[in-house]
Amino acid sequence: MSSAFSRYLQAAVVLLVLVGVLALALSGYLNTVIKVALDPLVGAQRWFSSRYMSFYEFLTVPRDVATLRQRNQELEGEISRLQTRVIELEQQLREAQVLYALLNFARTRPESTYIAASVIGRDPSPFLQYVIIDHGSDDGLRRGMPVVTEQGLVGRVDAVIAGAARVQLISDAASVVNVRLQSAQVDAVLSGSVTGDLTIEMIPQEVVIQPGDLVLTSGLGGSYPLDIVVGRVTSVRKFETDLFQTASVQPAVDFTSLRAVLVIVNFRPVDVAPLQPSR
Amino acid sequence: MVVLLSVPVLLGLLMLQTVVFRNVLLLSGTADIVLLVLVAWALHERTRGVWQVALIAGFMVGLVSALPFYIPMVAYLLIVVAARRLQAHIWQTPVLAMFFITVVGSFGYNALSLIALQLSGTWLGWDEGLAQVILPAALLNLLLSLPVYALVFDFANWVFPVEAD
Repeated sequence: MSSAFSRYLQAAVVLLVLVGVLALALSGYLNTVIKVALDPLVGAQRWFSSRYMSFYEFLTVPRDVATLRQRNQELEGEISRLQTRVIELEQQLREAQVLYALLNFARTRPESTYIAASVIGRDPSPFLQYVIIDHGSDDGLRRGMPVVTEQGLVGRVDAVIAGAARVQLISDAASVVNVRLQSAQVDAVLSGSVTGDLTIEMIPQEVVIQPGDLVLTSGLGGSYPLDIVVGRVTSVRKFETDLFQTASVQPAVDFTSLRAVLVIVNFRPVDVAPLQPSR
Repeated sequence: MVVLLSVPVLLGLLMLQTVVFRNVLLLSGTADIVLLVLVAWALHERTRGVWQVALIAGFMVGLVSALPFYIPMVAYLLIVVAARRLQAHIWQTPVLAMFFITVVGSFGYNALSLIALQLSGTWLGWDEGLAQVILPAALLNLLLSLPVYALVFDFANWVFPVEAD
């Protein structure tokens, strides 16, 4: 009887202690004690976890490297593809800018009909200043048609085949263009050279010309339309012993970087050869 | 067969000439890749159909260029003849022959072009032509002659391998 009572008493005491501890813990009085008791456990848990993760990575890294390498290759391929695309788009943008400039020029001269063409080559001979364009007789191009850009006069069509044409630049040694000096309102003759330099000849001595004067086509001779910009005077050579003075001209068009041109297809050059007196 | 196969190669060379080499200027002179390849081809001892290839090349250049069409044909033919003659006599030093024919051929071809243009009515001075075009072009051709020689000789060795006895 007494032993049974003693066991109940012990159980009641243990229960009371547990309830008391639980009450203390829930009321926050044991936080410090719990922290002190759990900190070593948390530290041990952290240490164990980090070691486990290291071990796991050690086992799984080879697979990841292979995956990453493959992914890296894919991304490098993608970068290359995108870079190629960027270059293509930049090229298209440059072409579009050139064509837009040509279009603007064509709008300012609505009386003319134009065909835009790309420059696809140059004459193989270093003595000749010719370019080859990608439009020919199939597109309506004919020999003698003037060729311009938005900057000014380029030259004229010299030879035509079905899909291409050869254009003689005004800088060619055999090229002669009748021009007019805008400020002095005087006509003269512009000729090219083997080096591509432009020179105006046959300027009367009494005419005053200055560097910077604008040079336009005069339309005389019927080879080119009137008032197309040719370039600007850069220097003047005048000797009292000569009949005429000459001037060097900076062309308005940069022939070294010519990419696209406009052919004036509704201009028919006039052949004045039969009208010239025979020698 | 070689002559037929040379047509696409010459077309490629002509494209290279009109697009790339024509824009590489030394003063106003440019290199002539067609001439260089023809010279190297002619200097190789086992190549065949050299004259025909030179004529085709001259015809193609004559079609594209505003030069009188016979000038490239005549010039290339003469250059190839000279190269073949030289190869027969100085067969042990083809590199020197390449240099020599390149300079002489470049000079002769451009001089012939200048004369033809003068005869056709284009005013071109000899002083300017010589200083601005002929000599710079010869120098550029000379600079390119060695790599072209190496490439063409390798190609010729591949096309015409040494026959086993």
